[in-house]
Formats: sequence, C-alpha cells, structure tokens
Amino acid sequence: MTKLQSLPAASSSDAKAGQSGKSPRRRESRGNLAFSRSARTKGLIKHAILILVGGVMIYPLLWMVVSSLRPNDLIFREPGLWLESLEMSNYTDGWSALTHPFGHYMINSAIVVLGSIVGNLVSCSMAAYAFARLQFSGKKLFFGIMLLTIMLPFHVVIVPQYILFSQIGWVNTFWPLIVPKLLATDAFFVFLMVQFIRGIPKDLDEAARIDGAGHPRIFLRVILPLMVPALATTTIFTFIWTWNDFFGALIYLTDPDMFTVPVALRAFVDSQSATSWGSLFAMSIVSLLPVFLVFLFGQRFLIKGIATTGIK
Amino acid sequence: MSAIGELSTMTRRKGPATKEEKKANGRDNKAAYIFLLPWLVGLVAITIGPMLMSLYLSFTDYNLLQPPEWVGLDNFVRMFGDARLHNSLGVTFTYVLVGVPLQLAVALLIALVLDKGLRGLPFYRSVFYLPSLLGGSVAIAILWKQIFGTTGLVNQVLAMVGIQGPGWISDPGTALGSIILLHVWTFGAPMIIFLAGLRQIPVMYYEAAKVDGATTLQQFWRITLPMLSPIIFFNLVLQIIGSFQSFTQAFIVSGGNGGPSDSTMFFTLYLYQKGFGQFDMGYASAMAWFLLVIIGVFTAINFIASKYWVFYDD
Repeated sequence: MTKLQSLPAASSSDAKAGQSGKSPRRRESRGNLAFSRSARTKGLIKHAILILVGGVMIYPLLWMVVSSLRPNDLIFREPGLWLESLEMSNYTDGWSALTHPFGHYMINSAIVVLGSIVGNLVSCSMAAYAFARLQFSGKKLFFGIMLLTIMLPFHVVIVPQYILFSQIGWVNTFWPLIVPKLLATDAFFVFLMVQFIRGIPKDLDEAARIDGAGHPRIFLRVILPLMVPALATTTIFTFIWTWNDFFGALIYLTDPDMFTVPVALRAFVDSQSATSWGSLFAMSIVSLLPVFLVFLFGQRFLIKGIATTGIK
Repeated sequence: MSAIGELSTMTRRKGPATKEEKKANGRDNKAAYIFLLPWLVGLVAITIGPMLMSLYLSFTDYNLLQPPEWVGLDNFVRMFGDARLHNSLGVTFTYVLVGVPLQLAVALLIALVLDKGLRGLPFYRSVFYLPSLLGGSVAIAILWKQIFGTTGLVNQVLAMVGIQGPGWISDPGTALGSIILLHVWTFGAPMIIFLAGLRQIPVMYYEAAKVDGATTLQQFWRITLPMLSPIIFFNLVLQIIGSFQSFTQAFIVSGGNGGPSDSTMFFTLYLYQKGFGQFDMGYASAMAWFLLVIIGVFTAINFIASKYWVFYDD
C-alpha cells in the first residue's frame, strides 16, 4: 500500500527535477522517452505475434462451429468462416443418429461426473486434512507414496482393476468410474488441497481446539469453509477430466445404454462413413459445450489451480 | 513447492528431526487414520493391490476365462521378439522426444511474450489456455481427423495457394506428426505455470543487469532461464510421464488400429489391443510393467540430469 502510494510522488518529483535543469536528470528522462517509444513498437510486435499464434490456434475451433452449420458437402470445400445459410439439420440428425438420442449419453456422462466430483471432494479433502494438519506415525512414508501415485501410469493397474470390477459384476455400470474417486485415487487433488490447507493460519485451529472442538469439528467448521477455492478448483478439474475421460469408459462401458459422451462419439465415428461430417461436428460441439462453459465461468480457479500446484 | 520439488527435498533432507517430529506424544494417530481411511482403502484396493496383481499376471498366461497359468518369463521373452511392440516403442519415443520439448518451447516462448503487464493479458491467456482443456477430448480428435484428412481444412487452405497437400493422417510419414501437432496445440497448461514462475523472479535482478549493461538476450540466458529452471524441470517431468500414456488422440485419429501401417501405434494402444482386444491379459500386464520401468528410467534420468542444469535459489 505504502509502496504504491509513494510511486506517483516519486515520479512527480523526478519531473520537477527535470524542469529545474539538472543535467544528469534530464538525460535520464530523455532516455526514458526513447525507451517508451521503443517499448511501444515492442508492444505492437508482441501483440502481432500473439494475435497470429492465437488466431491459428483458435481457427480450427471456429471453423468446426461454422462447418457444423453448413451443408455436408461444403465441409470439404470451404475453408472460410462465412455462412450463407444456417443449416440446423446437422444438429437434429446428429442428435438422433445413434441408438439413443444424444441427450441420453450426456445424462450418463453427467451421472459419472457428479459422482466423481462428490467422491473427490469428500475423500481428497479428508486425506488432505490428515496430511496437512495431523501428526501420525508413518506420515512421511504415506505422504511420499501419495506423491508417487500422482505420477503412476494408469495402465499398470488397469488390467487387474478390470478383472476385479468384472468379477464383482460392475462392467457396464458406472461404479468402476466413480468408486476410485470415492477412495481418493486422484492424488493430484489431495496434493492441491494439502498445499492450500498449509496456507491457512494454524492459529484458527488452535483457537477452535481451545474452545473444545475435536478434529472432525475443526475440519468441518474451520478448514472446509476456508478452503472453498481449492474445492472449486477440484470440482472444475474433475468435471473437465471426467467429462473427457475416454479410456476408462472405453474399457468398462460396452453396452450402448451405458455409453458416456466420449464413447458415444467414438461409436458415431465408427458407424458413419465420411458422408456425415456435419452431424459428427455438430455432436462434437455439443459434447465440448459443457467444458467450454465451465472454462468460461471457472477459469479463475483453473489458472490459479495449475499455477499453485506447479509453483508453490 | 510442487509435488516434484517436495519429493526431491524429501529424499535429500536427512537432517535432525524437526520440533514437530520430536513431539511424539502430540500425535493423533486415531483421528489421522480415520481421515485417511478412504485414501488408504483406495491405495490398497485400487492401486497397490492391482499393481502387485499385475506383476504376478505378467508371469502368467491369462485370458479372463481360464485361471492364470504360470509361464515364467515367457511374456518378456515374447516382447523381445515382438516386432510390432518394437515399432510401438519407436512411435511412442518419437512422440515424447519430439512432442514434449516442442510443446514446452512454445509454452515458454509465448509466456515470455505475455509476461510483464501486456495489455489484454487475461484475454490472450484464456485463448491459449482453452485448447489444453479441450485437447484430450474425443471431439477434438475427430476435428483433427478432418483437418488433416486428404480433403481437410489444411489441404483446403494449401489449395488456395496452389499446393496439393498429402493426406496427412493417411500417409504413414506424416500421421504421427499430425498427432504431435495436437500435443503442441495444448501448450496452454505449461504456459500458465511458466507465467506464474516468471512472476516470481525478483525485478531487481533485471534492474541490476540493466545497470550493468546486459542485453535482453543476456538477461534471458543469465537470469530468466536459471531462475525458471526448476519450473522447466517440473513441466518436463510431468509432460514426459503424461505423454508416455497418451492414448485417446491416436486411437480416434487412427480409428483404433494405430494405422496407417502402425505409424500411430502408440505403446498404450498396442497394450489396449493385447489386453482388451485379444484378452491376452498376461502379456498386457507384462507390457504395462515394461512401460512403468521405461517411465521410471526416464524420470530417473531427468532427476539425475537436473543436478547439472536446474538451479535452486535456496
């Protein structure tokens, strides 16, 4: 605060010094002027680079949206973005192209996503509280193991997991996709929450303890309300990753009734020859829409989340 | 500190116990294990149990129907003579060794351009970040399949300037390149981490360098790069581990078969075909453990090499 306030004062005294004609000051201010001009051209060059790179990156997405509103044959002839007419038939055709209307798969995905979010929020926050606040034997070892599991390739466990879940009779149910989340296997989020809880002053716990609160109460009444930003980050990342998850769904869900959006799209690609790219694009966009909306409203938490787990 | 930083300090620090550790009677074991219960059950039932099980299965012949039959090292011997597996290793290595450095270089470059209070920074950041959220989806893989197809968007644009492009994903020479490009396209997430890292470099270093007459390039090599090296290292380790496990894009773009002529047959794709296509679960388990060893070796090399180029400011 004081630093900020002192800044304009300092610069105005500089200007005064310049007017009064002390030669070294004047030379410096002239240097600044030249610097600011070159900084402006530098800024322009930067903007040009960014707009060019960003444009090239985003163009395919825009083109896909526009193409989904075009007649099929134009998709292979028209690289531009202008629309002559709005063709909604791609959306209506695509919506009912598979065994079930596309909404059916979106509901399936939503169920898996919801279960995963609840699972991650509950189980990861509990584990994180223990790691961040409690002293217990084996803590270091367990914490190390937890960090290692973040980097463990999924493929090493997938075959026995599949055998396990198929023996319980869970193939073609959503349980194999949800239950691991209820058991905090997304260790990334445990770590994210541990980092967050470490930043909450311990005095708050102490005060609650003096008032006679036990760990469950401190966790529920003190820590959880304060870690809402971390919970939001977890919710958003879980949403996007689960919504996009293809491998798990491909293995566990083989009955079209149970398809989530990614496997439904894959079935769509396989069932159609190159003639219906329009409706394929249309449903692809429908499938990306929830992710895009979550990105739009939650990007503050997303960006903070990856920045802090990457740095601090 | 990042997960990786934390791990490396845990292995480095062997000093005397801290005050907290000494206070043994201040422990709340019971409460801690209750809080950890879901995680512990998951660790045993979903992670370590299956890991040990897949280690056992890798020494067996197992097709889900008959009970596993012990075959000793047969699966590993078979891997030695499996030409398709060797090819899939080559494809995966190419993808990792080209895709990861390329993606990180772009991420760093854009982060450098974006740094230092550029106007419209939040907007640019969002534009660059969006693809990394969408890139893992089937929908984007479908888009890629069209864009790099024989009559796809890329060739339509090339045709406007009179070039007839090849069928990028139907040509074995360029199919993998198209998928690597998709990986580079998702540079937004490491870029955000770089941006946050750049913020943490004290401005006074640059001011001092300017006073000493250092050029922008010198400042980059002598200040930015060393100060950012822990974060470059973090990104490198995570991206390499992640890229070895890439699956969706190659699966969708190639229609599930790793074609044309196995040019996009990633190791994970081959593992999927063996395990869940042919239900050769023993062989798939052996492959999975081989993948774990490869990733472990790469990560170890990364950590060892980091001693020579990663600079810790503490």
